[in-house]
Amino acid sequence: MVTLSDFLVLSAILFTISALGIFINRKNLIILLMCIELMLLAVNTNFLAFSYFLGDLHGQIFVFFVLTVAAAESSIGLAIIVLLMRNRGSINVQDIHELHG
Amino acid sequence: MQTEKIFFYLFAAILIIAASMVVTVRHSVRAALFLVLAFFTSAGLWLMLHAEFLAILLVLVYVGAVMVLFLFVVMSVDLDQGRLREGFGRHMPLGLVITGIVIAEMVAILNIDALALTAPETPAYSGSNVEAIGRLMFGEYIYPVEIASVILLVGIIAAISMTLRGRRQSRYIPVSEQLAANKRDRLRVVDLRDAPVDPSVTDHSGGGQS
Repeated sequence: MVTLSDFLVLSAILFTISALGIFINRKNLIILLMCIELMLLAVNTNFLAFSYFLGDLHGQIFVFFVLTVAAAESSIGLAIIVLLMRNRGSINVQDIHELHG
Repeated sequence: MQTEKIFFYLFAAILIIAASMVVTVRHSVRAALFLVLAFFTSAGLWLMLHAEFLAILLVLVYVGAVMVLFLFVVMSVDLDQGRLREGFGRHMPLGLVITGIVIAEMVAILNIDALALTAPETPAYSGSNVEAIGRLMFGEYIYPVEIASVILLVGIIAAISMTLRGRRQSRYIPVSEQLAANKRDRLRVVDLRDAPVDPSVTDHSGGGQS
């Protein structure tokens, strides 16, 4: 039988892999956005696993909202990437220092 | 029940391999394609969790819309792959060590008996999954659904207004400037009888100056 902890371990591994991706790919904005998508996927799998194994349907509603917000976030992120590419000709994170933060 | 376990491990292996390829592969286009594979495999896992509606939604919305948008942007921008990969090998060993430690900790925490729940005997709802989610979404969660739609509208407006190239095709009147104008700035009433005669102004019409 597949248990709840199998799904939790799977999404923990997925989340950690995407955190590693953010750590090692910190120059490429597009890969960073993809890693954020993978993180949200791991979180959604957690929600659905708890929703199924505890017999509570409200977790699926939250996955729906997370999907909605993630779609809006990725579209705005890609618009920012297009703007950066048009204005500066680069999406390297180190070239983006207008705000001097 | 044994088939379920076999499918779970198959999907989990494909998902982890695809995720590792997303973060390590050299080209962004291949990373996007591996992310598509990860989404498909996750949809399979979500089907195993009896979340049919969300599995279909993941394939339709994510693979069909968001990943196509990703691929479109990746292929349309001209990436300098060499510079973007700087520091990749340098950070890799430390990243792998930290990842291994975190995964070991998570597995140790999550593999306890309290979380080793098996699937419930009776499903949480009767009827179809879509109907149950729809009753919840348009009943108890109607206000959050409205807010989610507003968030999507904000996303549309932000994306379009950021990337729209501002070349105006038509002549137009700036309404704010029009409203900000008042009589004092535009009109000056001069009493010509008392005004001193400016010698630089030459008389063209032949008449008097006043």
